[in-house]
Amino acid sequence: MINTLQAAANSNATLLRRGHQVTCEILIGVGLNDFIISLEKGHVKNLRLRTLPLESGIFAIRADDGIWVEHWQEFPKRNYHDLFSMLSSGLATIDGDLTIFMQNLIYFKMLLAAPRNRMEV
Amino acid sequence: MSNLGPVFEPIIGRYFNLNFEGRDHRIYVEEAGSGIPLVCLHTAGSDARQFRHLMCDAKITDHYRVIAFDLPWHGKSNPPKGWEAEEYQLETKGYKNLVRAFCQAMALDNPVVMGCSMGGRVVLHLALDHPDEFRTVIALEGADRLQPYYDTSWLNRPDVHGGEISAGYVSGQIAPQSPDEYRWETLWGYMQSGPGIFKGDLYFYWQDGHFDDRSANIDTSRCPVYLLSGVYDNSCTPERATATHERIIGSKLTIMKEMGHFPMSENPNLFRTHLTPVLNDILDKKLNNPPSILKE
Repeated sequence: MINTLQAAANSNATLLRRGHQVTCEILIGVGLNDFIISLEKGHVKNLRLRTLPLESGIFAIRADDGIWVEHWQEFPKRNYHDLFSMLSSGLATIDGDLTIFMQNLIYFKMLLAAPRNRMEV
Repeated sequence: MSNLGPVFEPIIGRYFNLNFEGRDHRIYVEEAGSGIPLVCLHTAGSDARQFRHLMCDAKITDHYRVIAFDLPWHGKSNPPKGWEAEEYQLETKGYKNLVRAFCQAMALDNPVVMGCSMGGRVVLHLALDHPDEFRTVIALEGADRLQPYYDTSWLNRPDVHGGEISAGYVSGQIAPQSPDEYRWETLWGYMQSGPGIFKGDLYFYWQDGHFDDRSANIDTSRCPVYLLSGVYDNSCTPERATATHERIIGSKLTIMKEMGHFPMSENPNLFRTHLTPVLNDILDKKLNNPPSILKE
């Protein structure tokens, strides 16, 4: 389902406007697979499976496959519905330099919820 | 084409000076309706606009004088003179006394006080320490013990926009079922918060306001307690609201499905269905018979 993130994000004008100053690479862990998302001025330029051990992102967010699947439901269950809720309830972890994440928190929440295809943050 | 003028909402907003603890505070207060005074306390880092839907609900304002004010440093209530030389931090004693001072200044007779989040916490403190001053307290998303789950230092630093991050922090406290219009309006309140105010409020909410060791002393025969908590609230979770309810003997608890931390502003129509029975209860006690107008 993460494969739908790029198209969903890039077709969301509100998301793109919010992220217009975001250019970086981030790592998203979906179960045992790590994905690198390349962002340029808020657009998802590339979303690829990590193949090299030293590939990384400025920060990394990881959760099991099923947790992301629930997060991407239209109306996710409690604690799965929001990135902060996932972190506070132990369903997800975050590591790395969080400055750009915090500076653009609403954008990143929208980006990672993009497969849900709603305006929700 | 004739111009009949604007169709005003029934809310009236005014300012007054409240001298509190030796300092003048220019307080902004809104109200609508007549009847039992119902004082509404907004959440941390926001302001009294959260209660606008309640004040425009004639079924409520036919029986209740709904009053909501911006705490000092919030909304349209300025910080006091000399604010630039201090760091804002809300503490339990000052918050309690400010609410009492407001009610006294407004000459309210035995009001109901309803607060949300930090407002929901302080009304429980009021029920414990000043039960005879309040007809009833209603704690929305309020608990006697909470657990911080994020670092508040991000909320006030020069390289992070305070309004954006405050809204980003609380956005997950809104239920996914809540209408987008009201979700974003709720977040707008946070985006307009003054620098460091949300952080300063959270000192009371997450540090200073715990009293689970004393909440069992609340005498609900003197001051009835209602607790309402949303399923999607991940600070005052249903578990924490339930634990608070179990400690406060005689309190009444409602767990609101498909609701988050901001019931009155994130989903006012759904909230109404949960609040109406509580307001009916209070009216029943006053009139000694069930009112018909508030019934659904």
